[in-house]
Amino acid sequence: MAKILLEMKNITKTFPGVKALDNVNLQVEEGEIHALVGENGAGKSTLMNVLSGIYPYGTYEGDIIYNGQVCKFSNIKDSEKLGIVIIHQELALVPEMTIGENMYLGNECGHKFAIDWNKTYSEADKYLKMVGLEESSKIQVKTIGTGKQQLVEIAKALAKNAKLLILDEPTSSLNEEDSRALLDLMLSFKKQGMTMIIITHKLNEVSYVADKITVVRDGSTIETIDNHGKEPVSEDRIIRGMVGRELTNRFPKRENIKIGDIKMEVDHWTVHHPLYPERKVVDDVSMYVRQGEVVGIYGLMGAGRTELAMSIFGQSYGVNFSGELKLDGKHVKLRKSEADAIRHKIAYVTEDRKGNGLVLSQSIKVNTSLANLGAISNRSVIDGDKEYAVAEEYREKLKIKTPSVEQLVGNLSGGNQQKVLLAKWMFAEPDVLLLDEPTRGIDVGAKYEIYCIINDLAAAGKCVVLISSELPEVLGMSDRIYIMNEARIVGEMKAEEATQENIMAVILKSGRGV
Amino acid sequence: MMDNKSIRAALKKNAMLIILLLVYLFFLVLTKGSIFNPSSFTELINQNAYVYILGVGMLMCMLTGGNIDLSCGAFVCLLGAFGGVFMIVRGMEPGVSILLMLLIGIAYGIFLGFLIAYVHIPPWIATLAGYLAFRGLGTSILSSNSKTGSLAPFPVSFQNIFYGRIFPTEKGVFNVPCLVFGMLAAAAVVLIIFLSRRSRLAKGYEADSVRNATVKSVLSAAVIILVMTKLSLDGGIPTTLLWVAGIVLIYSFITSKTTVGRHFYIVGGNMETARLSGVNTRRIMFLAYLNMAVLTAIATFTVIARSQSAYADVGKNFEMDAISACVVGGVSASGGAGSVFGMVVGATLIGIINLGMSLISLDANYQRVVKGFVLLAAVVFDILSKKRDT
Repeated sequence: MAKILLEMKNITKTFPGVKALDNVNLQVEEGEIHALVGENGAGKSTLMNVLSGIYPYGTYEGDIIYNGQVCKFSNIKDSEKLGIVIIHQELALVPEMTIGENMYLGNECGHKFAIDWNKTYSEADKYLKMVGLEESSKIQVKTIGTGKQQLVEIAKALAKNAKLLILDEPTSSLNEEDSRALLDLMLSFKKQGMTMIIITHKLNEVSYVADKITVVRDGSTIETIDNHGKEPVSEDRIIRGMVGRELTNRFPKRENIKIGDIKMEVDHWTVHHPLYPERKVVDDVSMYVRQGEVVGIYGLMGAGRTELAMSIFGQSYGVNFSGELKLDGKHVKLRKSEADAIRHKIAYVTEDRKGNGLVLSQSIKVNTSLANLGAISNRSVIDGDKEYAVAEEYREKLKIKTPSVEQLVGNLSGGNQQKVLLAKWMFAEPDVLLLDEPTRGIDVGAKYEIYCIINDLAAAGKCVVLISSELPEVLGMSDRIYIMNEARIVGEMKAEEATQENIMAVILKSGRGV
Repeated sequence: MMDNKSIRAALKKNAMLIILLLVYLFFLVLTKGSIFNPSSFTELINQNAYVYILGVGMLMCMLTGGNIDLSCGAFVCLLGAFGGVFMIVRGMEPGVSILLMLLIGIAYGIFLGFLIAYVHIPPWIATLAGYLAFRGLGTSILSSNSKTGSLAPFPVSFQNIFYGRIFPTEKGVFNVPCLVFGMLAAAAVVLIIFLSRRSRLAKGYEADSVRNATVKSVLSAAVIILVMTKLSLDGGIPTTLLWVAGIVLIYSFITSKTTVGRHFYIVGGNMETARLSGVNTRRIMFLAYLNMAVLTAIATFTVIARSQSAYADVGKNFEMDAISACVVGGVSASGGAGSVFGMVVGATLIGIINLGMSLISLDANYQRVVKGFVLLAAVVFDILSKKRDT
């Protein structure tokens, strides 16, 4: 048996009123990839914050034994000195600075008073090569994509002499291609003897890279599963541990499917990039949605799905529009106005709930009524009681877990925030809902609830366009699927015909030669 | 009985009000009670009318994302100069002059709002131009119309509108209408507190306990009646108070109860979310600066009516006073949070410090030093008291 590099023993961490971690035990062997899975709020991040010294020694009970020594970190610098480096889910890079500057931020190399830029950039280039980046470390971070930025984060960790690398949801903002590249990079680090802990919601990734899987639930470690068997551990097996019950079906069954007439249709829809007007971000797209139908749009990141949805929603993205939008078979005069789209009963539920979906500094109540203030006001005077009643109604309907609708949205978990976002748009009473990655970054339980909401919407006769980069989700939820690649729709399939293989085949074929 | 916890919660919620009280008591001792004289109350209101009025305008700008208007002080000077030319040099009717000055304010507001909302010039740069230009322009207008560089006096009828008294009586003669008005206002406040509590309870929402509501009513009624009694002894209700109270009440209503007011908070909370929720974000930015210019015009009326003259230095640092009132009053410097009531508390605190120091005739330079440190201390105390046990 290999040497145990890290052992966390009987860790208990209490916040006022809440026991976030209760007697947690974790053992990580040297040179393995250890996955930490669990629902949002289960305590994974808290555990890693204890380990990296963000919660200093003395604020928790229990012991951290690293390399045979009991550690008493008082801040994050202490843990980094020993080679424990954590890469947080939200990228912590400064977009205006160069890659090199970012990598040595707070860790500048040089003498007492001056930074040695030659050394900085040559060292940085060395680490960039190790993560497989060809870019020079002298270019600005904002000029490279999210996938590469994630790699820069890893290079930054390597520059700190990491021996134990903790990756918190490293692939949550990456597309499948970049995710796979990142996971392969992890596997190659493992060969070189690096030890890693990965926190992720994507269970296929877990079974792909992890040697051991520890399941955390409600602040306790439930079990550690070995992933060295002949067969990789099945996702259902992990889910059972996470939710404490068998999820017989990851996607709820649709009941009384009644698909009606075509509600919304776009014809030869073309949109150009707002900054580079010669570039088409949506290229001659024609598609339609029928009443009561869930239409999936699958495509890799950058395929133009978000751009398509946003441009339909009051031309909120892009320039130089051409094409036709029809509602109920009638031509709609296009205007560049989100309010106009809402009047036409179209809703765009963003993929970026924090960035442009919610106002985090406001209450659930205020966020819920936001897109339809007119309905709770009288001659533009808001009826506070009505607003409260509406928020309460949606809190119950969507099972938003909160003590009160006066709670600030910023204090909610990702899943609950997503529900508030849905509540906001459901209250706007749209006929067409464009859902952009509605389950991104939320846990299995909350995902299931969101799926149920989508099914209810369809059963109520709404048209749902479900944009997702998770293939199983698109397959499990849709009645019909459009496949997008490089700004165009490259295929359309009925749900019965669609499989992972033939969808990928369509994408691969479309990418070449045409 | 009231336990420690709920007392502490109440203290924390009203930290700035408590600071206000402490500062007042401090000056009460230092001025040997003269800050409690009836004339001090009138003075406090008249001297600070512009802080309340500009503070309301600045609040609306800051709500949209921490944006400020640097030009309002200099614009007061320019408008004052125009006022002087209209009323004193040309001898125009005050009513016509007021209208013309308002129109100039609206014109500047439209221009500024257009630049900021539709051309996307950062507000502090767009208003910096006015900050630099208007005082120069105002001063040159004044000096080309008068040898002394100031125009005075404004017609009595103009002064009566913005610096007069309602039903005036001689000093020392008790002014009955003033106290009656005060009692009516106090009764209205108490009524509102209890009616809103009852309607909340009837609908099954959380509401203040009877004790809390009683404490709140008694305190606010006592303050109103005290102030109005003092004013009754000093010749009656100053017209400035009506202007300030009217503006404060109207904007309290707009910010807390109307959709437009809500949109200001949403734009400041997250501009992109606001846009994608169908809020016309440009219109809100436009309105913020148009509104600011109109309120600046009204503030100008109260200022020149009080000083009875238009001069080069009028309005100096007014923009800073308005910003301080907002910041001390808990308005977020990054937008999306703050209330008219908070700003009023902040402005009153600044006013009491100013008045107290001039009553003890502290050297003007030291006054600035004291003001700077007291404001900093107040904000530090406020932030620390909110931070604890969270």
